[in-house]
Amino acid sequence: MSTATPRQMTSLGELASKRQDSTDANTPAKIDVEKLNFYYGDKRALQDISIRIKPNLVTAFIGPSGCGKSTFLRTLNRMNDIIPGTHADGRILIDNVDIYKSGMDVVQLRRRVGMVFQKSNPFPKSIFENIAYGLRINGMAGSKSELAGRVEESLKQAALWDEVKDRLHESALALSGGQQQRLCIARALAVRPEILLMDEPASALDPIATQRIEELVYDLKKTYTIVIVTHNMQQAARVSDHTAFFWLGRLVEYDRTEKIFTAPAEKLTEDYVTGRFG
Amino acid sequence: MSTAPLALAADPASGRLAWRRFADVAFQVVALFVLLVALASLAALIWDIVADGATRLSLDFITSFPSRRASQAGIWPALIGSIFIILVTAVLAVPVGVAAAIYLEEYGGRSLGARLIELNITNLAAVPSIIYGLLGLGLFVRMLGMGRSVLAGASTLALLVLPVVILSTREALRAVPGSLREGSYALGATKWQTIWHQVLPVATPGILTGLILALSRAIGETAPLIIAGAVTFATFAPDSIWSPFTVLPIQIFNWVSRPQVDFHGNAAAGILVLVLLLLSMNGVAIWLRDRYTKKGAA
Repeated sequence: MSTATPRQMTSLGELASKRQDSTDANTPAKIDVEKLNFYYGDKRALQDISIRIKPNLVTAFIGPSGCGKSTFLRTLNRMNDIIPGTHADGRILIDNVDIYKSGMDVVQLRRRVGMVFQKSNPFPKSIFENIAYGLRINGMAGSKSELAGRVEESLKQAALWDEVKDRLHESALALSGGQQQRLCIARALAVRPEILLMDEPASALDPIATQRIEELVYDLKKTYTIVIVTHNMQQAARVSDHTAFFWLGRLVEYDRTEKIFTAPAEKLTEDYVTGRFG
Repeated sequence: MSTAPLALAADPASGRLAWRRFADVAFQVVALFVLLVALASLAALIWDIVADGATRLSLDFITSFPSRRASQAGIWPALIGSIFIILVTAVLAVPVGVAAAIYLEEYGGRSLGARLIELNITNLAAVPSIIYGLLGLGLFVRMLGMGRSVLAGASTLALLVLPVVILSTREALRAVPGSLREGSYALGATKWQTIWHQVLPVATPGILTGLILALSRAIGETAPLIIAGAVTFATFAPDSIWSPFTVLPIQIFNWVSRPQVDFHGNAAAGILVLVLLLLSMNGVAIWLRDRYTKKGAA
């Protein structure tokens, strides 16, 4: 693993000095959200969300259940489109292109903005086929050896290769929960996304498996822009550079993680991160 | 252990405990009894048929044509007719039914139109089969000029089983977990790629089960085929989709309604052939289903 694993970084005070401040306005935002509202039927689930998410950092979304953090995450690759009766207004710019504009190719968007779900959902196929699927459907498979090479590379990126290299053609469902989740991460990485959305990726895993996912997130941010939803505030503190706190469909506060956890500007944020409600 | 009675006495639920245990056992006994009644009547039926028909069942019986003499009469044209009809029915009904179900389930949405269509299909599944026979006679035999052919009969049966195929396929598609679809969409798959590569393979065992139930219903149908022009005394086996034909249930019906007792033995033997045909169809379906289930897990 890298020199500073997230597990070692539990002391928040230490963190503040290590992390560069990139909320400053001159770093261009990878994802720029302006006044986003999102509706399930008539019910407004997100209200006037505006946030600028920086490239090559980990941004954590925290907040109590039902606060809209997962809903917001799923607007970033338009995953909510498949739920009937939903709609969004406002703008979400990814690399300055509005992903909700008419004529936007959602299929291409989702290739660029990968997603890992709360409950690992490997396809009921072999380990190899789980990774190869995304490459095949996107016409990225190339020759047989290119495909095999890409599968290996993805599994290595997800720190799963050594555990599965001798059983690539066995069912993915035979893997442990933590391995399945890393397989899902490898699957998402295989199609070379720029952004990786993670919806509570470790909430169903034991502490060891959780630690491996967190270490992975820490490594992956060199290459990807990562947005992670989590219930676990220690996890947000360990893995993220920036943290956004959501409450009742609103974005209450968004700042550098150590600021959110040590000196939040809002009383509500303070009450939540100190465990007074939530 | 000595404290156990005390603990029980303190348990507020213990008052009804004896009654709950009795109800538990009583339900089990009643369920078993009902199951035995059902099995016993089925066994009696099969025993009766075997007793009447087993002696007539022979290779000769299977490969012979009908005859005026019961001892020489065989079931060959009806057997081939049944197999032929069911194959053509499957070829017609399966692609249309599965495709319709995919459209309704995956693309149709929840609009008023889609719900109306759904209601209609559910109703159609309960329409008496003789109505389909009348439709087949009017539409296929006369209007479309198919005549009294295998194609007309199979088309009629295809219409008859279509609602069942659609409903069971929809159920199978609906049972595919949403997380699988999401996983596929999240990788940049189109709707069709998701359906073809992820949803259909997982739904296949369920779809096959529904198909076999639908086709099993079709193979036992008599009324619509009599109306749509099956012949009752076939001295030839159908050799093309334009041939006249008969099927096992019609041949059986024909024999049962004759006054000579010897023919009743033929009818019983015919029933045995039909039951064996059904069993082998179901066997193939179970084999296919297991094969696909294993393939999915491997």
